[in-house]
Amino acid sequence: MKCSEFLQELTNYLDGVLDDRTKSELEDHLAWCHNCYVVCDTTKKTIEIYRDSQLYELPDDLRTRLRSAIMSKCQAHNTQKGGGSGDV
Amino acid sequence: MTAIENRVASEPVSDELALVQAAKGGDVGAFEELVRRYDRNVFRIAQHITQNREDAEDVVQDAFLKAYSNLGQFQGQSKFYTWLVRIAVNEALMKLRRRRPERMVSLDEEVKTEEDSLPREVADWSPNPEQQYSQAELRDILTRTIQGLPPSFRTVFVLRDVEGLSTEETAEALDLSIPAVKSRLLRARLQLRERLSRFFQKRESGDGTK
Repeated sequence: MKCSEFLQELTNYLDGVLDDRTKSELEDHLAWCHNCYVVCDTTKKTIEIYRDSQLYELPDDLRTRLRSAIMSKCQAHNTQKGGGSGDV
Repeated sequence: MTAIENRVASEPVSDELALVQAAKGGDVGAFEELVRRYDRNVFRIAQHITQNREDAEDVVQDAFLKAYSNLGQFQGQSKFYTWLVRIAVNEALMKLRRRRPERMVSLDEEVKTEEDSLPREVADWSPNPEQQYSQAELRDILTRTIQGLPPSFRTVFVLRDVEGLSTEETAEALDLSIPAVKSRLLRARLQLRERLSRFFQKRESGDGTK
């Protein structure tokens, strides 16, 4: 496996959806190619850092305010329609 | 290596369908439960796409209201959450286009497929690189780094890797093919990795200073 082929499979590898044969070829490549090993390892860390980062958490007070605005608009929508929200 | 775990707590589908059915019949309380389940996710997705807090607040309201008024069109073939994300992404992209009319914002923009994304310089990272920074510094680094990605890459990365949608769900929510999702995801991950390397790579001196 060449480095470019490794890169094409990287996303499938990180997502755990490779067949056994391709996975084993890829892991053979990782065993001797230090650059690809580092790319794989640091890409995995990149995903983990973003997943665990809690960027843009919705603060409780804003959450309450938004929910209350949404619900009153839904109520108004019901009133306008005179009942249900749509054609079931 | 383990697959990335799903960020959305999986709820029993039947329970969710019952809520949707009740909301279709005008039960606002049932819809409020759906809002509680997904408002945090919708807000995060909207902030990532619009990069603007006010716009994200609008998107949360508009997306849920639109979902409520169009519940009759929800057929239950996909998960309610995937359907909701699709609405929220469209609302967020409209906001982004309004703010940046000079730039076409599209999820269909051409993605380079040549090998130019092969990392040229590969530097290993320190162990636990995020611990070199305070929480506020790290948040700033991560925010600025992801903001530098094109919207089409950013959106796919956020849905797949932050929100934990599957490739198929992401394709459905963004109206993209599965190969297009995979291609954008690979490039988004590699670009983020490359940009974060500036902050996280091993220091030669090893004296622990930044």
